[in-house]
Amino acid sequence: MSLAKLVQTEARLFARDTTSVVVGLTLPMIILLGLGAVPILREPSADMDGIRFIDYFAPSLIVMSVGTIGLTNLPTVMAGYRERGILRRMRATPVHPAKLLAAQLIVNLVAALVASLLVVASGRIVYGIPLPESPLWFALAFVLGITAVFALGMLVAAVAPTARAASGIATVLFMSAMFFGGVYLPRFMLPDAVARIGDYVPPGVQTLLDSWNGETPAALPLLVMAVVAVAAGATSARIFKWE
Amino acid sequence: MAIIEVKDLVKHYGSQRAADGISFTVDEGEIFGILGPNGAGKTTTVECIEGLRTRDSGSVSVMGLDPERDAKELKQVLGIQLQESRLPDRLRVGEALDLYRSFYRNPADPERLIESLGLGGKRKTPFGKLSGGQQQRLSIALALVGNPRVAVLDELTTGLDPQARRDTWDLIEQVRDSGVTIILVTHFMDEAERLCDRLAVIDSGKIVAVDTPSGLTARVSAEQRVRFRPSAEFADALLLDLPEVSAVERNGAQVVVSGGGNLLQAVASVLARNHIVAADLRVEQVSLDDAFVALTGKSIEN
Ligand SMILES: Nc1ncnc2c1ncn2[C@@H]1O[C@H](COP(=O)(O)OP(=O)(O)OP(=O)(O)O)[C@@H](O)[C@H]1O
Ligand SMILES: [Mg+2]
Repeated sequence: MSLAKLVQTEARLFARDTTSVVVGLTLPMIILLGLGAVPILREPSADMDGIRFIDYFAPSLIVMSVGTIGLTNLPTVMAGYRERGILRRMRATPVHPAKLLAAQLIVNLVAALVASLLVVASGRIVYGIPLPESPLWFALAFVLGITAVFALGMLVAAVAPTARAASGIATVLFMSAMFFGGVYLPRFMLPDAVARIGDYVPPGVQTLLDSWNGETPAALPLLVMAVVAVAAGATSARIFKWE
Repeated sequence: MAIIEVKDLVKHYGSQRAADGISFTVDEGEIFGILGPNGAGKTTTVECIEGLRTRDSGSVSVMGLDPERDAKELKQVLGIQLQESRLPDRLRVGEALDLYRSFYRNPADPERLIESLGLGGKRKTPFGKLSGGQQQRLSIALALVGNPRVAVLDELTTGLDPQARRDTWDLIEQVRDSGVTIILVTHFMDEAERLCDRLAVIDSGKIVAVDTPSGLTARVSAEQRVRFRPSAEFADALLLDLPEVSAVERNGAQVVVSGGGNLLQAVASVLARNHIVAADLRVEQVSLDDAFVALTGKSIEN
């Protein structure tokens, strides 16, 4: 009852925040649509094993969707709630603020899912980017990746005293994830070593790309995502400051 | 019957003792005030009662529950207004009450609370667009939305304009009349005098006195003073001969008579018998302010 109300309330607040809606939900899709408007990026290219740039780049935009919401929005909002005494105010009620955190997680997970679906769907409809060809592997890679990213976001949310502090730390994590995820520079332009490290940086862009192209993703990156998710999740649960 | 019992409560922050052996009891259905200068330990004390801070030693019982051990159960029956708390800026008044209402087993009617706190026109206004006083009133509404048996209100009317303060006092009296026990932390003497059945005066983490407002003033001094400007000269002995009078001072044209008992009537009848008219006649009694200064050596206003 109270959780449902909290989810409803947090969803409303998310929807009222123009930045989180525009940047978090739709920017990755807008970038995809913008890039696809450039004809050469819709031509198969030898640099990318003969596939088109936009096909190759779509997983990076999923990294961006998940990262913007899980690494930036989630910790900033939760730290803001700590800063403003909202967590403390909830401790004064019979409902523990952990339920507020749960509601935030639910709303942000749904938002990251929607943002990713927008990328997949708009790419499919507008530019004929095929849907993930190994849907089960893709789902697994996506679930593990998003969980790892959110667990890292939770780690920031657990201790950051203010929204400013949270967004400062989150920006560093976010930019690293974007860099290794090939958002800033397409991965074929990155040095090979960097690209290999990127395989293991949550959410794991290579596993998304492989499963999208119908290949079986490598096991180790998936395992790393699971380990990061469990370790960061458990740590943040243990050290979370409830006021 | 005591509904809240605090015994030897101690709470340190580092080496500082913010609560240093606080003991008192609050009876069911009373408004119990906690008065003290800034930094006296008032918020620390009530937050240990609420279970929001963990005490270092001593015992606290609220309706037989321990605020730390029985935290969840206690919060069903405890309404809390924090000295400082905010809500998300975009959360609207009606939504905030609706949300907090869902946290309790037997919530109050939020519509009535909104009306009685004068927020009727603000249901759709987001928190960030409320004035400071309106935010404060919403915070009072949230403290009461769970239909509490005990309400702890920290700085109830800080930031309210005079009319809103009086309306809030009326509301608090109604709440008390409905059987709710109230602990009220306050800086305002008039508020304490008007609302509180009993008061604890706290200074530097210690209880200085627990008494009724009138008991506190009587404790400091039973003395009264009468001031007036006489229409004709008279000798001090005329008044000093009265058993009620202890001293007569002259302050320019003004006469100040100190004493006890039925001082005013005694002075007035002697003057009348001697055909002296007392202009600008005023009776001064020791106020709660005076009592507070005498008990703590500090003025509450700083
Ligand atoms: N969380 C804290 N950490 C360290 N010191 C604290 C903390 N909270 C309060 N103090 C200190 O403990 C003392 C008592 O503080 P408290 O907030 O209980 O006073 P108060 O009587 O409520 O004051 P005010 O009238 O200003 O609200 C103060 O000296 C304060 O600086
Ligand atoms: Mg205080």
